[in-house]
Amino acid sequence: MSKFQFPESIASRPVYGTLEPRPGKAHLMIADAEGAEAILELASQDAALMAKTHIIYIPKGTDFSEKLRALKPAQFYEGPSYDASVQRIQKVLGDAHMGLQVYLAGTEGLMGQAMNEAVSAGIPASAIQTEHRGSVARRMQCVHCKGITEDVVTDPFVCSHCGLNLFVRDHYSRRLAAFQGVCIDAEDPGNVPEPVELYK
Amino acid sequence: MTIQFNNETFRDDYSFRNSDWAIKRFPFPFHEDSYMYSVNMEQHRGGPEGSVYEKRFDVDEHYLSEMQDRAIVLAEDPLRCQSLPHMTLAGWDTLELIMVSKSEDYPELFELHRDGNRWRWVNKPMKIDHTFTFLDETTLPCGPLEYITRQTQGDFAVLDQRDEMLWMDAGMVTTQADWSLDFDIGMNFFEWHAPVPLAHEMGIFKRALKFLLNVQQGAPARRLNWTMTVNPLLDTSPENYHKWGIQKTTLTPENIGAKQHLRVELQTFFRLPRSNALLFPIRCYLIAFQDIVTVPKWGRRLHRVVRDLPEELATYKGFIANRPVMLDYLSQYDDGLPTSPGVWPDLETEPPLAK
Repeated sequence: MSKFQFPESIASRPVYGTLEPRPGKAHLMIADAEGAEAILELASQDAALMAKTHIIYIPKGTDFSEKLRALKPAQFYEGPSYDASVQRIQKVLGDAHMGLQVYLAGTEGLMGQAMNEAVSAGIPASAIQTEHRGSVARRMQCVHCKGITEDVVTDPFVCSHCGLNLFVRDHYSRRLAAFQGVCIDAEDPGNVPEPVELYK
Repeated sequence: MTIQFNNETFRDDYSFRNSDWAIKRFPFPFHEDSYMYSVNMEQHRGGPEGSVYEKRFDVDEHYLSEMQDRAIVLAEDPLRCQSLPHMTLAGWDTLELIMVSKSEDYPELFELHRDGNRWRWVNKPMKIDHTFTFLDETTLPCGPLEYITRQTQGDFAVLDQRDEMLWMDAGMVTTQADWSLDFDIGMNFFEWHAPVPLAHEMGIFKRALKFLLNVQQGAPARRLNWTMTVNPLLDTSPENYHKWGIQKTTLTPENIGAKQHLRVELQTFFRLPRSNALLFPIRCYLIAFQDIVTVPKWGRRLHRVVRDLPEELATYKGFIANRPVMLDYLSQYDDGLPTSPGVWPDLETEPPLAK
């Protein structure tokens, strides 16, 4: 089951919904991993949708690509990573006309970053939908070195850039599409609790 | 009076000291013997002569040293001053407000001569005499917000107002109580306060926002906030927490009087005329416990406030681990006598310590 009910959370955290087909002459869907399942469900609700849809999909080791291709979207792109796909995303958003509908599905990191691209391209928030699917991993910014560590699933964790032991502060920046990681053993160096899985 | 500027440090050897003058005018934040959050706003239209509330932008004996400390922080981390592209006009509004206020309030220290858009700014303590063109960025060495806040004590958040909401879209933040401008920039009022415990549930932020959205030009407001800091460290930033956090563990019964500081923020709110943004200066005042207790009323009251503060607040303010040693020290200065209402020291009328 790829759906996860996030616990009651803080004010800076985005709230994700459920994708629904909307009228429009062009549709852009960006998803990673189990986010594909949200697109498959969307397609099953509106048979005419896919002929006007561009799908940008990052499998992250899953095997949904063939199912997405079988939907026969107008354009389909499979990217090896978000970073590798971002220029294409920017181009598509830059070329878009008024009324483009954007659908984001998958991990928080993917949705947050793609949301930033869409908003900075001038897509109104009311034309962007999100649906969380799959991993509850968080994208974390180290507040000390500013480095981003992707796909963090435990708290605490080690910054992949500066190596500090960080705890996951429940504070989210849309601009960075990341939660904040703060040194956990600053007041007692070396005293780092055993990492536990997020939301456990 | 003429201010004698101290030559002191807020890091390394921590030579920061408050004179007797600075102690007596310290903005003690507790108006009664207990503390809970509140939207404790009042008009910022002066105050008793010599108090930190008297002028729009208070200048005190720490001015030059605080500006040197800010320059050190900015050299290490330029991201402490940021302004989103649409906030440049608010930066000019800020520059104008501060230059006009300081030159009117401290004519012996600051001068502003305006001839149309040709402005000459004289900052005597910092030995600056600079002519520039108002609203022309190319005539300043850096952006207007950075330029003027490198010459003004306190942190500055510049809040854009749109959609019935305030947005943290620019700032100069080098003396903060553990929040990051670089992380929070672009957030709305509720988002950047997200990590604060209890206050959301109490409706504090909703009421505060409603008030702030309606602050009018020429009618600034103010409130106090407070926390605790070990050593007179201005830059208690999250960015450097892995470096300064360890200092919190150095308190002993012998050194606490000198090392433990009450940290008070005088927060003011000014509507800016062209941009309609809200300027939010956050001015930090530090005082050592050993200096607070020279005022008998403050010694009694601080003990009671620290003793009775809810655990969540002591944790959020970062002194839960040090609370026992703080109480051991402060209890020596609490003889159980009642205290007079209000924040003022009342040195003439309050009884001396009776133990």
